[in-house]
Amino acid sequence: MSSKISTGATPIVEVADLTREFGPTRAVAGVTFSLAPGECLALFGPNGAGKTTLLRVLAGLLKPTSGSARISGIALPGGPLARSRVGLISHHTMLYEALSARENVTFSAHLYGIRDARARVEDALRRMSMLDRAGGPVRSLSRGMQQRVSIARAMVHSPQLVLADEPYSGLDESGARALTLVLQELRSAGTAIIVVTHNLIEGLSLATHAAVMQRGRFVRHEAASRIDAKSYAATYREALAAGG
Amino acid sequence: MADILFGAWLIARKDLAIEFRTRSAFLSALVFALLGLVIFYYAWDPTAVAASDLAPGVLWVIFTFSGLLGLHRSFSVETADHAIDGLLASPVSREAIFLGKAIANLIFVGAVQAIAIPALALFYNLPLGNVAGPLIAIAILAAIGLVAVGTLFSAMAVNTRLAELLLPMLALPFFVPIVIAASQATSKLLSGRPVIEAGAWLKLLLAFDIVFVVACTLAYPFTVED
Amino acid sequence: MKISWLPAVAGLAVIGAVIRAAFFTPLEAKQGAAQKIFYIHVPAAWVAFLAFGLVAIASGVFLWLRDPRLDRFAESSAEVGVVFTTVVLITGPLWAKPIWGTYWAWWDVRLVSTLFLWFIYVSYIVLRGAIDSPEMRARYSAVLGILGALLIPFIHLSVYLFATMHPMPIVGKPSAPSLPNEMLLTLFLSLISFTLLYFSFVRSRYHYAVERDTLIEAANQHA
Repeated sequence: MSSKISTGATPIVEVADLTREFGPTRAVAGVTFSLAPGECLALFGPNGAGKTTLLRVLAGLLKPTSGSARISGIALPGGPLARSRVGLISHHTMLYEALSARENVTFSAHLYGIRDARARVEDALRRMSMLDRAGGPVRSLSRGMQQRVSIARAMVHSPQLVLADEPYSGLDESGARALTLVLQELRSAGTAIIVVTHNLIEGLSLATHAAVMQRGRFVRHEAASRIDAKSYAATYREALAAGG
Repeated sequence: MADILFGAWLIARKDLAIEFRTRSAFLSALVFALLGLVIFYYAWDPTAVAASDLAPGVLWVIFTFSGLLGLHRSFSVETADHAIDGLLASPVSREAIFLGKAIANLIFVGAVQAIAIPALALFYNLPLGNVAGPLIAIAILAAIGLVAVGTLFSAMAVNTRLAELLLPMLALPFFVPIVIAASQATSKLLSGRPVIEAGAWLKLLLAFDIVFVVACTLAYPFTVED
Repeated sequence: MKISWLPAVAGLAVIGAVIRAAFFTPLEAKQGAAQKIFYIHVPAAWVAFLAFGLVAIASGVFLWLRDPRLDRFAESSAEVGVVFTTVVLITGPLWAKPIWGTYWAWWDVRLVSTLFLWFIYVSYIVLRGAIDSPEMRARYSAVLGILGALLIPFIHLSVYLFATMHPMPIVGKPSAPSLPNEMLLTLFLSLISFTLLYFSFVRSRYHYAVERDTLIEAANQHA
């Protein structure tokens, strides 16, 4: 049970009846939604509900088994063009620990075809307050600091869609504030965001839409403005109790 | 094509930067190769077997084993913090990722060779200067085949439960034609025969390189979950 | 429990072929009784190459169609192939000792190639055992199944070149003797019966794989 809520501009993400199976297991089982520029979907749900799989399909890491997914109108699996529009943040940092924060972010910028990357790399690091620690190897940074670098690497190419899989994990309070601020800035610049989190308050503070995922499906999906936090928390707890 | 080469170059440069920063794999492969030269010398009776008869086999056996040390590192740096997901989610193609890793491995293996071969000439008292040109050609042909197969199996082995234990088992049978061809060609050179006599072996190496560079580049995308 | 005819027919055929080879086929003039090993050695070698050829084909088609049945077939064929390769590697030296005066002959291209066939497909089985995800196991082993088949000609060629450049003293190396009709017929019957045995083994192994996968699937859905 899912519904199309978005209105207005051409959607950045259009997902229709998307399914992804691993052998006999249906990790994502018929998900439909869309996101317009500047919209943010907060995705909640128990472990194993299919949230990460959904994000990996949208990031181009997994192919859909059936149904369709489009990013800026390009059907997935969409090759380099679709992948270049997406920025991925996950609970793994995806960094090379022997390289510095600056080198990691610069490498990422180069992968996305940005030739003269210097200014954008510095800007991304500045936004995550990492400029003063950008020179040493990532190995010497704390987990939270590494997560900030990872966020900088995901937005250095100004993606149209940011996929954030538990981006708050490992961040301290100031890191979490910096992340929320950056995501809000991206939103107002027209980036669409999907954020997977276990923290209702952080998730809802950013979101224009919210969904609870369970056993590969959206069991609730609505505009954030209509959400009564108490009833939402109840659904979420039920979903957690029922398991993935 | 230009996109693939550019992506491959970015990835190779990144891998070499990491290796240059840590130097751990390079030093261990180099020390392994030098130790191997020394140990092999004492494993034979120098009055019964001439060093020039022994040297070709020693050189190429050590070459494959020290290569394995570097190859394992190739994909373990990618899996540590799931950096490979970052590569796969980027616009760079899978073929470019494979070629980039392979180019970095080729430079790694070449750098070990560049020290190990002169060391062989020194320890085994061989006049390698006279055959330097053909020997370098053999080394390059052998390295390309070794790196193509080794890079692919490194990508596979790192995702299995046995990890680095599996790499030699998968890769060594594939190194057999390389070791036979390179050793036989080298011993022709060292016994003062004209290069043309090693021609069949060089053709075999070249054919191996062409077949396995193509096959492994095409096979790599299938080792990535999709 | 359904009684299957294939194992019975294959078993009877192999027994019949062995009895015919042992008692109703004349002794070869030069090699004597040792030559009779050929009626096992040659068909086993044929089945080994057939098995790994089919692994490579099933692997290639699997990467295209992603049908798990092809993966189960490749798995079954590789295991049965390793069994027959082992038979080749045991019977070859047993024959070589009285005829060539040595158990192992590095100049014999077919024997050495078979040894590497054995190495490649034992590592194929080890690779399968080292991967938990069925989907990944199928892809990885398909890649190895194809590359292994590409490697065999190179091994064959390098061993052949090695042997021709380093000729070794051979005690009467028999160049493919023209077998009399009776012996040819026995060899032909052995080939047929061993091929039946291969298909019978692969079928049993395949059924085992199906049942195992069904059980795992049921256990996963329960969890």
